[in-house]
Amino acid sequence: MYQTDQYEGIIAETVTIHGFREDVINAYFARPLGAGPFAGMVLAHHLPGWDEWYREATLRFARHGYLVISPNLYFRSGHGTPEDVAAKVRAAGGVSDDQAIGDLEGAANFLHSLPICNGKVGIFGTCSGGRHAYLAACRTQAFHAVVDCWGGRVVMREDDLTANQPVAPIDYTPDLSIPLLGLFGEQDQGPTPEQVKIHEEALKKYGKDYEFHMYPDAGHGFFYYHRPAYRPEQAEDGWKKIWTFLARNLS
Amino acid sequence: MQAESHFNNDMELMMCTMIAQQIKIDGSGKGAAGWYKLGEADVSYDHPFDAPFEHALNIDFVNESLGPGARVAVELSVESARALVEAIQAVLEQAEKGGYVR
Repeated sequence: MYQTDQYEGIIAETVTIHGFREDVINAYFARPLGAGPFAGMVLAHHLPGWDEWYREATLRFARHGYLVISPNLYFRSGHGTPEDVAAKVRAAGGVSDDQAIGDLEGAANFLHSLPICNGKVGIFGTCSGGRHAYLAACRTQAFHAVVDCWGGRVVMREDDLTANQPVAPIDYTPDLSIPLLGLFGEQDQGPTPEQVKIHEEALKKYGKDYEFHMYPDAGHGFFYYHRPAYRPEQAEDGWKKIWTFLARNLS
Repeated sequence: MQAESHFNNDMELMMCTMIAQQIKIDGSGKGAAGWYKLGEADVSYDHPFDAPFEHALNIDFVNESLGPGARVAVELSVESARALVEAIQAVLEQAEKGGYVR
C-alpha cells in the first residue's frame, strides 16, 4: 500500500506493437519509472472502445506497479473519436475473436520483451474485453493470470455464433491453465447470474483455479464511474480483490 | 480443444449483444462538420455511449467512405424506438394517401 513518503513515478505514451498476423497496431503503454523488475498487465478494452476509461485504467495499473499495455483492438476500423470508431465496430457485430486474441497476445509479447519485465504477465478485461481476456487466457500461453470483469457471451447460444465469434469461450475451459478472477453483478443482464453459474460449473468440472465474486445491487459495468451503473462500494471491493489476486499470481 | 457444448437456446443473451444490422440509405445527415451525404444506417441493440440505459436502440446515420467521424447518432429507449417507427410509418402513409409519394 502507498505510503506518503514513498517515491512514485510513471511514464505513459502511445506506442505501436505487432498484433494479429504481425499487423502493426497502436496501444497505450504505461509503466513505473525504475529498473523493476515489474510484472506486466494487458488490458482488453470493452465494446465502447479504446476510450478514456481504459487509458485511465492503464495509468491506474501502472501506479500499482505494473507494466501495462492497452492495445487498440479497433485499430483496423479507422481513426476518429473512440465513440465513432466503436460505433462502426458495433455495427459490424464486433471484431473477430481470432483477431482480438492475436492483438492481445502481441501486447503480451511486447511486455515479455522488455528487460524490466519479471516474466509474468496478466490480462484484465471488462464487458467484451472480459470475454476476450478469457479467450486469450485459454487459447494462448502468453499469460499467468486473468481477470474477467462481467465478460458477456462467454456462454453462447448456438444461433449467436458467427464467423467472427465461431466458438463459445466456455468451450475452451479445458485449456485454461492460469488462475482466473471473475467479478460480476447480480443485476447484470449479460452475463446473468445463471450464465455465471454455468461458467463456474465448467470451471469446477475441469478442476480450474478460479475465484468468482457476485456483487449484490450491481449490474453491468459497476466499475464505470462515468455511467449510471457505477456502484462505488462494490467497485472499491472489486479493485481490492484485483490487487490481491495479481500480487499473489504475478510476483 | 473444445469441451462439450454448453449451448442453451432458451437463455436470453443480452450484453455486448452484437445485435446489429446495416442498410444502405440515400439522403443527407448533419454532423459536427456540417451536412454530408449518407450512405448507410447502422441499427443496433447494444450498449449506448451516452443514454442512461444498459442497452439502447442505437441508430448511426453514416457514410463509411468518409470515415468513422461521418456519423449522426441517436440512442433510444425501446419505447422511444417503437414510437419513432410508428411515427415514420404514419407520416409516410399520410404522404402516400395525399399523393405526395411517387
